[in-house]
Amino acid sequence: MKLKVNGTEHQIDVEPEMPLLWVLRDELGITGPKYGCGIAQCGACTVHVDGQAVRSCQLPVGALAGEVTTIEGLGSPEALHAIQAAWIEHQVAQCGYCQSGQIMAAAAFLDVNDAPTDAEIDRALSANLCRCGTYPRIRAAVKTAAAKLAEA
Amino acid sequence: MLGGVVFGAVMYKIPHRNPLQGDKQEGQAAITPYVLITPDGITLITPRADKGQGAYSVQAALIAEELDVRLDQINIDPGAPAPAYYNTALASDLLPFRSTNTNYLTELARSIADAPVKLLGIQITGGSTTVPDGYEKLRWAGATARETLKAAAAQQTGLPVAQLTTRDAEVILPDGTAVSYVSLASRAADIDPVKVDALRDPSEWRLIGKPMQRIDITAKSTGRQDYGIDVRLPGMLHAAVRLNPRRGPVNDYKATQAETMRGVKAIIPVTDGISVIADNSWRAMQAAQAIKADWGPAPYPAEMVEHWQALADSFAEDHLDSQFLDQGDVTATDTPIIAEYRAPYLAHAPLEPINATVLVTDTRIDIWTGTQIPRFIQANISALSGFDPDDIHVHGQMIGGSFGHRLEDQVVRHATEIAMQMRGTPIKLTYSREEDCAQDFTRQIAMARLRGGVRDGKVETCDLGIAMPSIIASQMSRQGVPIAGPDAQIVAGAWDQPFDIPNYRVTGYRAPDLAPISSWRSVGASTNGFFHDCALDELIHAAGADPLAERIRLCNHDPSRKVLEVVGEMSDWSAAMDEGQGRGVGFCLSFGVPCAVVIEVTNTPRGIRLDKAFAAADVGRIIDPVNFEAQVSGGVIFGLGHAINCEITYADGMAEQANYHQYEAMRLYQCPQVEIRGLENGERICGVGEPGVPPAAPALANAIFAATGQRIREMPFNKHIDFV
Ligand code: FES
Ligand code: FES
Repeated sequence: MKLKVNGTEHQIDVEPEMPLLWVLRDELGITGPKYGCGIAQCGACTVHVDGQAVRSCQLPVGALAGEVTTIEGLGSPEALHAIQAAWIEHQVAQCGYCQSGQIMAAAAFLDVNDAPTDAEIDRALSANLCRCGTYPRIRAAVKTAAAKLAEA
Repeated sequence: MLGGVVFGAVMYKIPHRNPLQGDKQEGQAAITPYVLITPDGITLITPRADKGQGAYSVQAALIAEELDVRLDQINIDPGAPAPAYYNTALASDLLPFRSTNTNYLTELARSIADAPVKLLGIQITGGSTTVPDGYEKLRWAGATARETLKAAAAQQTGLPVAQLTTRDAEVILPDGTAVSYVSLASRAADIDPVKVDALRDPSEWRLIGKPMQRIDITAKSTGRQDYGIDVRLPGMLHAAVRLNPRRGPVNDYKATQAETMRGVKAIIPVTDGISVIADNSWRAMQAAQAIKADWGPAPYPAEMVEHWQALADSFAEDHLDSQFLDQGDVTATDTPIIAEYRAPYLAHAPLEPINATVLVTDTRIDIWTGTQIPRFIQANISALSGFDPDDIHVHGQMIGGSFGHRLEDQVVRHATEIAMQMRGTPIKLTYSREEDCAQDFTRQIAMARLRGGVRDGKVETCDLGIAMPSIIASQMSRQGVPIAGPDAQIVAGAWDQPFDIPNYRVTGYRAPDLAPISSWRSVGASTNGFFHDCALDELIHAAGADPLAERIRLCNHDPSRKVLEVVGEMSDWSAAMDEGQGRGVGFCLSFGVPCAVVIEVTNTPRGIRLDKAFAAADVGRIIDPVNFEAQVSGGVIFGLGHAINCEITYADGMAEQANYHQYEAMRLYQCPQVEIRGLENGERICGVGEPGVPPAAPALANAIFAATGQRIREMPFNKHIDFV
């Protein structure tokens, strides 16, 4: 089976039922996407498939149709995505474990809505759990990123 | 690694052996256990675990302040577990002295209580102690290293030390020439550590008290931060467990199907369960699910009603544990106000499920795990494996949330049991979320009874009894440490509140051991802050007084009073509210930190909506205002979320909640606007990870009362009222 992650083609030999999350983490060693619940309740495993936010713990790799982008492919410490820059500016992360998923969800959301209201942000990101309670800074960082993306 | 130097614990009373000395290589010297300088760079050793509270950054900043390095010039390493890293601040909270009491005898008792902790070299991250413990110690270490580097530079250049200054990891000569610390490493290795007489005056600080950027923030915003669960070693296999959900032995099991599943390498029994070792975590978890087992009974009551009954039965003379507070005559009231409060078991449920990677060879055991108790792990794994503690190497990992979860080490024991059977192969054991939830050592269950009275518009009598099992006894029983005497946590956050109520008594009743429990963010105060403050609110209401004004009137501790006044200002307390809205205040002094919270809610047709939260807290000295705000805000949100909708209940001896759909806590859409203010009037420097939690739940309950007239005396509140 072939799949493309962050622009790189990979050949894997796994059963089609294996969730994308575990292919990424254990087969390919891409550990930015995190395991939190395995049942689409926390969003820690969020990646993009052709730009859409997807819960990789719920997507059997056999059903994957499209290119995968993980947090590692969104930006890098040397070349930050606007959302990552906003996350750093607001120092959102505490333990940080949820933040890969938060950032990927926010990126996909701002792609389709570049001037979100508070209510829209709340709706779009409420499926991503943060046990440390970083929500106020998530809201602020999403707004900063939206403003920056609008300028660009 | 040639030509390095290690700066150590010299200045701090009589030091334990410097753990960096042992690993020292040729050309390196060891002067303190906190600073390691080699030609490759500067590494600060930060032995307290980082579970998201920013402990690595705070520890690094305290060292860097005196060492004169920027935080972007250093690496950090949690170091190996060692007695030198014992926690000085831990013991003081075990004593029945009010944190507001700083008189000579109390301080003396605190320093005596410190001795056994030092003697045992107990290296624990917990009790909001990282900052109080390291506040001086780490600055001394930085200063010692700085002065020793200057001495090395003086030797090298022939210039007198007095003419040298330091800045940004360099010694600066009078002509402006800069000599980097790393270039001085091997010379510094050969000189004795310089004794430093005084720390810098706070007016000279460059870092402490100013906004800092956490050193992990870029890694955590770009997916580059590795946690324990991300450890990868050559030849590593992945393990999953299926454990008795009743926390007892396994009568019998069948793994015939699991054995044949793809990728499965071995099936090995572990304590109270079975493990599957496979070439991929998911395959291991799937196979573990396929095991059929006959589980033995729970070693605690199987049904919830029995747990509550045990608490109710504990309000009796023969369960009396403590009565640290008893003033006036609480029996004087003739028309008493009576109320009963309850708080449930709660899971820690940090987002990173617990995990450990263990490699056993013939000569040593290596353990990679995020832990708050590295030294206990060494001892426990030694007992389990027969290896000498010196041959057990714990490599602390970044932690994806803890809230007290990583004060336990069951996952390390299980991983070691497996790795002992598979010598030479690194085994990474990850609990599934479901196992993590089912096997959690939860927050205590607790119950409180109030009998109070009012007179002439004032609170006059408050007699509060609290019953719970002993958290510390349950937790320490798993570490083989017997605990004697009363458990101050049974009444923490209630007996030690800064109020002058004429007739005032708090009695702790020790319930029998029920389900196993452990420390959960703010420990005893997580339940008692709710009990005590809601009780006070009821009495104030009965007196017909204003909830904030009466708390301020009763308050006998200046920093606490200030915190109440400030939260009143922040929330514009006396401003009018619309119909259906309500404002409530909650207060708790815990871990030496007074924290007051005001919550504003609206009673909508769909349920209660949280609009705003204001919190003010006093930690004596704020190291980093950015992190302070994050910790208090996070603590308040944590307290609110669990108060609204979380509980762990047992049926047939098994936890009924398995994953986040049954244990939601707060999500973004429910989160109020949050505003935080930090004060610095307190006498002692205190940690801030926990004190935001206890006042949050009562503030919400009191706000709901103000908005609806309904008193909620049991958590979670959604058993009694709907939330938007
Ligand atoms: S791990 Fe996928 S949503 Fe939680
Ligand atoms: S930062 Fe810890 S779970 Fe979100």
